Amino acid sequence: MIPPAFDYVRPSSLPEALAALAEAGEDAKVLCGGQSLLPLLRLRLAYPSVLVDVGRLPELHGVREEGGHVRIGAATTHDEVLRSPVVRAGCPLLPLATATVADPAVRHRGTLGGSLAHADPAGDLPAVAVALDMEFVVASAAGERAVPAGEFFVDYLETALRPAEILVAVRVPRLGDGWGFHYEKFHLTAQAWAVVGVAAAVRPGGAGGDRRVEEARVGLTNMGPTPVRAGGVERAVRGAPLPGAGAGGSPGGAGDGVRDAAALADEGTSPPGDLHATPEYRRHLARVLTRRALLAAAA
Amino acid sequence: MARITVTVDGVAYQEEVEPRLLLVHLLRDRIGKTGTPIGCDTGNCGACTIMLDGRSAKSCSVLAVQADGAEVLTVEGLAGPDGWHPMQRAFHEEHALQCGYCTPGMIMAAIDLLKDDPDPSEDAVRAGLEGNLCRCTGYSNIVRAVRGGARAMRDAGAVGDR
Ligand SMILES: Cc1cc2nc3c(=O)[nH]c(=O)nc-3n(C[C@H](O)[C@H](O)[C@H](O)COP(=O)(O)OP(=O)(O)OC[C@H]3O[C@@H](n4cnc5c(N)ncnc54)[C@H](O)[C@@H]3O)c2cc1C
Ligand code: FES
Ligand code: FES
Repeated sequence: MIPPAFDYVRPSSLPEALAALAEAGEDAKVLCGGQSLLPLLRLRLAYPSVLVDVGRLPELHGVREEGGHVRIGAATTHDEVLRSPVVRAGCPLLPLATATVADPAVRHRGTLGGSLAHADPAGDLPAVAVALDMEFVVASAAGERAVPAGEFFVDYLETALRPAEILVAVRVPRLGDGWGFHYEKFHLTAQAWAVVGVAAAVRPGGAGGDRRVEEARVGLTNMGPTPVRAGGVERAVRGAPLPGAGAGGSPGGAGDGVRDAAALADEGTSPPGDLHATPEYRRHLARVLTRRALLAAAA
Repeated sequence: MARITVTVDGVAYQEEVEPRLLLVHLLRDRIGKTGTPIGCDTGNCGACTIMLDGRSAKSCSVLAVQADGAEVLTVEGLAGPDGWHPMQRAFHEEHALQCGYCTPGMIMAAIDLLKDDPDPSEDAVRAGLEGNLCRCTGYSNIVRAVRGGARAMRDAGAVGDR
């Protein structure tokens, strides 16, 4: 379908964009890659008065190391995330999850900042943001503020962004040495959204037959109106024995501690029911996929 | 209305457009490039895939104003003085189409894939084309065509130009 009529501005700097947003009022919308917003407009599920295109703003581009974190501009495309050596070295979990987002053509246009600002609980990247404690750099005409991932996602498609604010970048804290990562996504067809997804980071310790989980981070996709940090699993899995190199974590062997911890994955969640899965099935998936993600990250 | 400049299949166009005009409608209704079809409203089907500044994009999910200053390549710009592009020829030879609705998008996505992977495995072809749906062929001939087209392009020294 043809989108409803709107005005369009493409400011050439961040201050200009912020001024344009402030002037346009509540019905204005930020446009970045358009891979979520344009389908919504075509289906006439949104009627913005003005689109402020931030896709080419230099302030929203670029990936760099800064002290203990990697700073990724909000307008960095999924494809650029996948190709960035800085991202791959500094926060490998992000490209692992990004590789499962949509398809190559969508990844050429869609952006990290757009995915996070859109805040679809079925999106793959919000779970990574909460698992890694990303910090959101948000600008308004009044200046810049930093929002922790734990406070950014407020409700279904709702974030801490105020109407005249723009997400400029995220800061991803670098984890120290010795961490392993995995994103486990369960979906029914290629290019489909996650029924449930699990983002895991694990720091194993010990060696040979005595490998254990020292520390873990777990974020869940599509287990509620916002991405979920599975704190209960993270606490319970500390010290859990891991299968030695080559073993598969078979039932009855090492890896049982991981399974017991993963069984807590759905605690405190409120998964949706839809045509793909009932809430109960999503709870089951969260437990199974969390175990798989932890073991794969530790391997 | 906004004034934009877009190069399509090597020809520069200056157009006055409404901001809500989709790139695919600019291509089809203004410039007459009806070789690029529209198959859905959600960005899922890939029928409308074109190259935007050298990489694949779904032209139904780009505003014409967003393409201001860009270079667009559609399926109609692929053939050269010697006839069809090797990927077009491969789709023909391998019977990689029935109704043909998905074919322009498939061919553009296939050519995009080869920029990163000039000799894709069957799995790599399937992953590279995951954003392009075909309701007729069952995909097997498409995968064969893409690998055959890749071979022809390697032989012609026409891949890996990124
Ligand atoms: C076919 C298809 C399949 C997909 N599959 C998946 C999938 O499996 N997993 C997944 O995670 N995603 C998926 N997506 C969504 C994709 O990841 C989008 O790229 C992403 O959700 C939005 O990024 P964008 O830059 O295109 O944002 P836009 O569409 O431009 O914007 C999305 C929203 O974010 C706001 N916004 C954007 N940038 C900013 C900013 N800098 N500051 C403030 N607000 C901003 C906009 O106002 C809008 O509300 C899919 C999309 C399509 C079309
Ligand atoms: S028409 Fe279906 S993806 Fe563009
Ligand atoms: S040939 Fe008919 S949709 Fe692919």
